[in-house]
Amino acid sequence: MKRLLILLAVLFAMPVLAQQSLPPAPLAYQQLDDPGQEAAAQELMETLRCLKCQSQSIADSDAPMAGDMRHQVRSRIQAGENPEAIRQWLVERYGDYVSYDPKVSSTTWPLFAVPLALFALVGLVLWRRMGKRSEEGDAS
Amino acid sequence: MRWTLWLPLMLFAGFVGLAGYQLTQPKDEFVESKMVGKPLPAFDLRPAALNRPGASLADFQDGKPKLLNIWASWCLPCIAEAPHLERLKEQGVEIVGVAIRDRPQDVARFLDQHGNPYARIGADDVSAIQLEIGSSGVPETFVIDGQGVIRHQHIGDVRASDVPMLMQKLEEAR
Repeated sequence: MKRLLILLAVLFAMPVLAQQSLPPAPLAYQQLDDPGQEAAAQELMETLRCLKCQSQSIADSDAPMAGDMRHQVRSRIQAGENPEAIRQWLVERYGDYVSYDPKVSSTTWPLFAVPLALFALVGLVLWRRMGKRSEEGDAS
Repeated sequence: MRWTLWLPLMLFAGFVGLAGYQLTQPKDEFVESKMVGKPLPAFDLRPAALNRPGASLADFQDGKPKLLNIWASWCLPCIAEAPHLERLKEQGVEIVGVAIRDRPQDVARFLDQHGNPYARIGADDVSAIQLEIGSSGVPETFVIDGQGVIRHQHIGDVRASDVPMLMQKLEEAR
């Protein structure tokens, strides 16, 4: 039984091990020499979604594909590309889903509008109540 | 009692109901490529196996629709789809493979064990082509028309029931 379990564990571990049989992409775990460029890359990587582990950013993830995406981001930044242009490049390929930095669009505008509407509503209610109270205060 | 007093509670109940309903819905974890309908990028990949040439954009621009299969020797579903790719090849389909993060000896072993339906196999060590065409996993299969334009993306392994569908898509791409 124990042997069977070990065999099973090894079998399931195999694809994981094998995914890493090749060393990771050069810039997956290697910071850029220029601190300014590295900071820009880091900022961008923290707001890009890992496609294999969809609740993590590529900066957080150890998935090999996230490593390849970091390599892509760092090498493009090193080549002097603008971070927002790189984000746009990925959005063109995977849609808005790949970006953790939501932009106002025909589908996302309620995200931005609802809080403003709620603030306005709260303001209105407060204003009416305060108004009423001070009127009562004046009367007494 | 004024009904407006109940409004916040009703809103809250509505929200809980909506959240509960969404929890019961199956989650679609596939990220579909937005590159369908767009041309392949320029690329030139070295051969991943000794007995097959590498792959480049020019291979897709000879006027004949082809399949571009993203796979890897470390990928288990790729073993499952191997016989179905073989069936497609038997029906005259040219399949160009791209091996992701793979060593030549692993590729050779995989092809030995599970057959080799590929006309060409390029090696992509840093998922560069994958990112270019909006593919987010292994295996994925793209239908490419004779001018090198992506016509269809199939996410996941090719099953027996997908073979006629892919033949149809290749026919439409002609």
